[in-house]
Amino acid sequence: MLKPDPGLLFWMCISFGIVVFLLGKFAWKPILGAVKTREQSIADALNEAKKMRAEMATMTAGNEALMRQAREDRELLLKEARDIRDREIAAAKGKAKAEGDALLARAREDIRNEKSAAATDLKNEVGELSIRIAERILRDKLGDSAAQKALVEKVMNERDLRKS
Amino acid sequence: MKGDTIAAFLHKSLVRAAFLLFALVLSVGLWANDPGSEGAAAKEGSDEGPEKFEVGSFIMDHIGDSHDWHIVGHLHVPLPVILKTPSGLEIFSSARFSGDHHHPTPYAGKFGTYALEGKRVVALDSIGQIDEAATAAMWDLSLTKNAVTLLFCVTLMCLLFIGMARGYAKRGTSAPKGVALFMEPIILFIRDDVSKANIGEKHYQRFTPYLLTLFFFIWFLNIIGLIPFFPFGANVTGNIAIPLVLASVTLILVTVLANRHYWRHIFAMPGVPLGVLFILTPIEIMGHFLRPLVLTARLFANIMAGHIVVLVFICLIFIFGSNSTAGGIGASIPSVLFGTFVNCLEILVGVLQAYVFTLLTSIYIGSAVAEPHHDHH
Repeated sequence: MLKPDPGLLFWMCISFGIVVFLLGKFAWKPILGAVKTREQSIADALNEAKKMRAEMATMTAGNEALMRQAREDRELLLKEARDIRDREIAAAKGKAKAEGDALLARAREDIRNEKSAAATDLKNEVGELSIRIAERILRDKLGDSAAQKALVEKVMNERDLRKS
Repeated sequence: MKGDTIAAFLHKSLVRAAFLLFALVLSVGLWANDPGSEGAAAKEGSDEGPEKFEVGSFIMDHIGDSHDWHIVGHLHVPLPVILKTPSGLEIFSSARFSGDHHHPTPYAGKFGTYALEGKRVVALDSIGQIDEAATAAMWDLSLTKNAVTLLFCVTLMCLLFIGMARGYAKRGTSAPKGVALFMEPIILFIRDDVSKANIGEKHYQRFTPYLLTLFFFIWFLNIIGLIPFFPFGANVTGNIAIPLVLASVTLILVTVLANRHYWRHIFAMPGVPLGVLFILTPIEIMGHFLRPLVLTARLFANIMAGHIVVLVFICLIFIFGSNSTAGGIGASIPSVLFGTFVNCLEILVGVLQAYVFTLLTSIYIGSAVAEPHHDHH
């Protein structure tokens, strides 16, 4: 049992030699190669992913900075716009007030002028009217000579009375 | 691309060769089978009456090698007997050794007469006595049960792994499928945790293919030995010749590859006083040769012991059965249960011993090619 059989040793050497050679050349070499290639590709993919993630992180940071910058810019612009608007409004208000005042002043002047002109006209009109009325009354009262005489009498009497 | 076509061609030719090989083995064996003898022998066998059940010879018969393949009852598959005699090659079927009624018969070949004495093929002289000188002068290179199982295992491995390699070539870097899905973790384990871990980053790639072949060869043969029906069941790794060849390869590899560092540790261990070296060096030199021997004994003894234990449980049935039939039936239940349990255990032992053998081989190779890195202290 402990003595190896030479025939079996012979066949063992042959068959083991064959299997070592054939599998080494046609099985393990391609299999190990394929596994190695796959492992390499997986490692590469992982590295790539890591790099991408780092890139993404820097990009996100950059984006945030940009966003912040943009927000600041917008704030600034808005503030400027607000200032400009306020200034414009104030300026417009001032101008409008001045114009209004000038208009008002002119209107008052005009009113005053019109008023004095109207007053003058009214005075003239009233004067003329009173003269015309007086003329009409006189014409009516002193149409006949008796009346004229009576009147002269009366006026004379009044003068005499006052002198006496 | 050229490697692919070669592998594809090889795979196809291997399938063809496998069929041819088995056809050849069987036909060489069947040549001399006299058609009338089988039926007559079967009747004869039953007339002989109950023979005494010999446990020892029964077990030895099962774990040993043989020139024909016993399947069941009187059914044997004859195998080719190949004798390298000083005059030339003798090739004939082992069926020629069993004549009518399955009685051992001498066979008269081209260069002499041969007979099967026990498990040994011997040359006979002219008066029918064993001619020891002629027997010693010839080599028995018969394709015995174990040799045929070896060729069967080699064919199986080539079909499986070269087929697998073609699958890898086809699928490129995508995930493994089919048999590769099961085998790839094992291959990666051998590569990373056996080869790389023990031989080191620098040299392991050179030895990984050999270690893979070694592991699967032992493992497959162990499993083939555990399947209890034809064409399996031969106790191959439990035959000393097989682990002996494997361990010799390990010894040759270590001896050839060993660097100065390894030899210095054997012949003059650094940091050891001269007086102690006189004791240590012979031990180290012995160790160099003893390690492969232990490797042989471990695999051989483990597998053979497994086969013996299973057979002992089966024999229990017949031992009890030879006293009374009821005893045999009663013993059969625990025997079969224990036998099955031990067989399951042997599946584990089969993979474990393959792993241990591969691991130790890788460790020995690793020690031979290791770079000196602790010399300065």
